[in-house]
Amino acid sequence: MSRRGRRGLADALPFLLPNLLGFLLFTAGPVLFSLGAAFTNANLMRSVPLQFTGLENFRMLFSDREFHLYFLNTLYFLIGMPVAIAGSLALAVLLSREIRGVVVYRTLFYLPSFTSGVALMILWKQLYNPDFGPINAAIHWVSATLRLGMDAPDWLLSTRNLLGIEVEKVALSARQYGLGARDAIVIMGVWTAVGGNNLLLYLAALMNVPTELQEAAALDGAKPGQVFRHVTWPQLAPTTFFIVVMSTIGGLQGGFEQARVMTAGGPSGTTTTLSYYIYTKAFEEFRIGYASAVAWVLFAVIFALTLVNWKFGNREVAE
Amino acid sequence: MKLRNVLVVALLVLLALSTLAPFLWMVLASLKPLAEVEELNPLPTVWRPGNYPQVFRQVPFATYYFNSVYVAAWVTFLTCLTSAAAGFAFSRLRWPGRDRVFQLYLATMMIPGVVTMIPNYTLMVKLQLLDSHAGLILPAAFGAFGTFLMRQFMISLPSALDEAAEIDGASPAQVFWDIILPLAKPGLLTLAIFTFMGNYGSFFWPLVMIKSQHLRTLPVGMLYFDTIYGRQTNLLMAASVMNVVPLIVLFVAGQRFLVKGIQLGAVKG
Repeated sequence: MSRRGRRGLADALPFLLPNLLGFLLFTAGPVLFSLGAAFTNANLMRSVPLQFTGLENFRMLFSDREFHLYFLNTLYFLIGMPVAIAGSLALAVLLSREIRGVVVYRTLFYLPSFTSGVALMILWKQLYNPDFGPINAAIHWVSATLRLGMDAPDWLLSTRNLLGIEVEKVALSARQYGLGARDAIVIMGVWTAVGGNNLLLYLAALMNVPTELQEAAALDGAKPGQVFRHVTWPQLAPTTFFIVVMSTIGGLQGGFEQARVMTAGGPSGTTTTLSYYIYTKAFEEFRIGYASAVAWVLFAVIFALTLVNWKFGNREVAE
Repeated sequence: MKLRNVLVVALLVLLALSTLAPFLWMVLASLKPLAEVEELNPLPTVWRPGNYPQVFRQVPFATYYFNSVYVAAWVTFLTCLTSAAAGFAFSRLRWPGRDRVFQLYLATMMIPGVVTMIPNYTLMVKLQLLDSHAGLILPAAFGAFGTFLMRQFMISLPSALDEAAEIDGASPAQVFWDIILPLAKPGLLTLAIFTFMGNYGSFFWPLVMIKSQHLRTLPVGMLYFDTIYGRQTNLLMAASVMNVVPLIVLFVAGQRFLVKGIQLGAVKG
């Protein structure tokens, strides 16, 4: 190493080391450890001797019925994502028209995402209560007033879902069609996310769209819808791309708190996501080898979807 | 044109109300007698502010509060201190292998948190930090994100600043402390607020780490409250309100920095 290089390193180390040591110990090291553990039968119970088991965990997991269902659940929870993103965009467009009071609206809309967590999930559990909750009370009231004869959903207690997915096997059935626990969690997620970071990102991006472009298009006789489709939307493409990538990554990792606080993963496992599955395997059954394998499969899925997003997203952005 | 503005405002107000409705229900339910929670009348016929002190009598809520703030404050302090220093080393100093090491930081940011949770748990068992606040604080205090954010923030400052100081004979420590850190203050505040609120509400890690009642943080305490007294909706809602209020205060106080920070984080990608 050159003298300058050594000098540079000597200067940098005091700044770098505290963080780097913590990073290596609590992040980089554990990543390697977990990768190793995925190929063993590692168990938190001392009674199980540690053995290298090769691909056994992965073989087990791919033939595991439960894993299939939980993987499906994890994907199902992504259906709220386009709704939430479209909602954020619509809100941002509305807010960018209304100059007065933007800060107040922004604060109000941001409230759910800023306060999200266990407390709000406990709140939503009460809201969804099929017998006493205000949501079903409102549905009953509307139904009675308009004489619709509607049945209110059982929400967190029901295995029904908007796509009609069966519980026991990966198939569709009319019996399962309706609103159930999965949808309850999706709706709560949309409510939380719409006014959150994505709204702020869209607001910032809309400020950066040159108004001359929109005005020129309007002068040329374009309708507001056309201006949005052909001028504003392409300008927002990088932001949309970023939001889709981040929401996919976050969404696939999600569902743990909801399952732990609201449903215990039920009914019949329909709200167990991969992250909750990993938790139960590692911290309730103590099978950390198997849990690590599931975690790495989850990472592989996230990585693959991010690559797909990247490939198609960048093409859209470049257009 | 005028009519359109009225429509926009009407729509915004409607949407704001539907965002607020669950919060409103929460606050009103927290002030009702239990029997009235399940009734349709939105306002309590008998106001029960006594629900709030009742929460403190049934669970050690003040302890939960203190533990959450204590842990989050420590994590925030350590994160800001070490991330600012490391961000400085990654952005303003030149040393061999710098960008390689930074890429290592970046790469780990893609890996789901659950991947590192399990080895960290076994590490905590080895270090005998299970069921302790140190065990909550240490693994959370050196995340890659803080270093990433500080580096991004510092790299955008003009390089003429430290060059001039170096010519005047300033040491790296002086450049860091007197020049870069004051300029990076908005970034640091953003990081501080993010880190604090993230750890105040952190759930997974305290849930697996903490067994003793007196060490529980707020989210874990809330979960046990819900499990044990789940039928007492009015008290549960009072606890939820008290859980959420500090966050609202923090947001209103720091929103200038937060909004900038979120938008900056995205632009820099």
